[in-house]
Amino acid sequence: MAAPELSHPLPSTRKRLTPAHRWWWKFQRISGVVLVVLLFAHLFYNLVLGDGVNQIDFAFVAGKWAAPLWKWWAFALLVLAMLHGMNGMSYLVGDYARSQRTRRFLNALLGAATAVIVVLGTLVIFTFDPCPQGADASLLPSFCAEVGK
Amino acid sequence: MTAVEEVPTELGGVAVMQVTLRIKRMNPEGTGDHAPGEDYWEEFHLEAHATDRVLDALHKIKWEQDGTLAFRRSCAHGVCGSDAMRINARNRLACKTLLKDLNPAKPILVEPIVGLPVEKDLIVDMEPFFASYRKIMPFLMPAGPAPERERLQTPAQRERFDDTTKCILCAACTTACPVFWTDGQYFGPQAIVGAHRFIFDSRDEGQWDRLEILNDTAGVWKCRTAFNCTEACPRGIEVTKAISEIKHALNTGEI
Ligand code: HEM
Ligand code: FES
Repeated sequence: MAAPELSHPLPSTRKRLTPAHRWWWKFQRISGVVLVVLLFAHLFYNLVLGDGVNQIDFAFVAGKWAAPLWKWWAFALLVLAMLHGMNGMSYLVGDYARSQRTRRFLNALLGAATAVIVVLGTLVIFTFDPCPQGADASLLPSFCAEVGK
Repeated sequence: MTAVEEVPTELGGVAVMQVTLRIKRMNPEGTGDHAPGEDYWEEFHLEAHATDRVLDALHKIKWEQDGTLAFRRSCAHGVCGSDAMRINARNRLACKTLLKDLNPAKPILVEPIVGLPVEKDLIVDMEPFFASYRKIMPFLMPAGPAPERERLQTPAQRERFDDTTKCILCAACTTACPVFWTDGQYFGPQAIVGAHRFIFDSRDEGQWDRLEILNDTAGVWKCRTAFNCTEACPRGIEVTKAISEIKHALNTGEI
C-alpha cells in the first residue's frame, strides 16, 4: 500500500530573516545587558545612596542633571529602554496580530509612540532649566543662588 | 536473580488509593448531553495502586467505566511518544507519570496537548506537528558515494548531538511553547531539535540547507527562550539550549 498523501497545513512563509531582523534580534540582547547596568546604577544612586527615596524632589533631579554624566545616563536609559521595549512589543504584535493590516497598524502606532516619547524625553533632558525664574528658592538646588537667579 | 526475589510479590504490599481524574473530553459526533465538537470536563473515580501511572488509570476507565474515552498509546513505556497529554497543566507522558506524584488527594486534570486540533477526547491531529518536522528534512544527507561500510565517527563527534537524538516526537515540547500556541506558523521546538540532530552530525552535509530553512521568520527566530520546552520534555532533552546553538550557528556562520 502506498503511503497516504499528506497535506501541508502549515503555510510556508519562505520569508528569510532580513539583515534588519537580525540587527534587532542582536540589539534586543545587547541593550538588555546594557540596561541592567544603567537601571541598577540609576536605582542605586536614587534610592539607596544618601537619604534614599526621601531625597527625591525637584532639587535632587536638577542637581543630578547639572552633571553631563547623569544627563547622558538618562538619555541612554531613555533611548535604550524605549527601543528595547518597542522591539519587544513588536515581537508580541507579530505573535498575536493575525492579519498583515493589523500588524502594520499596531507596529506603526508603536513606532509613533516611541518616537514621540524619545523626542519629548530628549528635549526635557537637554533643555532642562534647573533654576526656573520666580520659583521658590527653597525648592531649587543650592547652586541656583550662586548663579544669581 | 536475587534482586527479583526480593521484590514483594503480594499486591497487599502496594498502597491502594482513591483517585479522581477530571478529563477534558470532546466528541466530534456529540453525545446525549453534549453538542458535536463541544468540550466538557468529566470526572471518574477509581481505585489505584501507588505504582500506577496516569496511563493505567486511563486504561482502567476505558476498560471498566467508559469505553468511549479516546486516547493514544502504544508502547506504554515512554518509548514511542504516543501519549503526551496535559496533566495538571503540564505536558507529560501519561505512561511516565505516577499518580502518587500528582497529589492524588485532589482531582487530577487530564487534557489534550494544546495548540493542535482536537480530534476526540485526548487525541489531537498531529499532522501540523509532523509537517514542521518534515520541513527540516529529518534524514541523513551525506556527500559523496556511499562507503563500503558504516560511516565512522569519533565518540566526541557522536557526543556533539547526543542529546537531540533522544527525541521521540511526542510533541510535549512544541505544544508547551507559548509562541506555538499563538503563532500558527512557528515550526516549534521539536522541529528545531530534529534539525539539530543532523546539523551537528559530522556525517551529514545538509547543515546549511537545514539552517537556511530554520532561518525563516517562522523558524528559529520566533523562539523567545521561554524554557517551557525544556521543562516539558519527557526525555530530558535540553531543548532551549539546542535552539540557542542553532541561533548561534546562524549568527556566527560556524557549526
Ligand atoms: C533589566 C534589563 C533588561 C534585560 C536584561 C532585558 C532582556 C531582554 C531579552 C534578552 C529579551 C528577548 C527575550 C527573547 O526573545 O528571548 C527581552 C524581551 C523584551 N523586553 Fe527586555 N530586558 C530588560 C529591560 C526591559 C525594559 C526596561 C523593558 C520595557 C521598556 C523591556 C521590555 C521587553 C519586552 C516587551 C520584550 C519582549 C517580550 C517577549 O519576547 O516575550 N525589557 N528583554
Ligand atoms: S505510550 Fe509510548 S511513550 Fe507513552
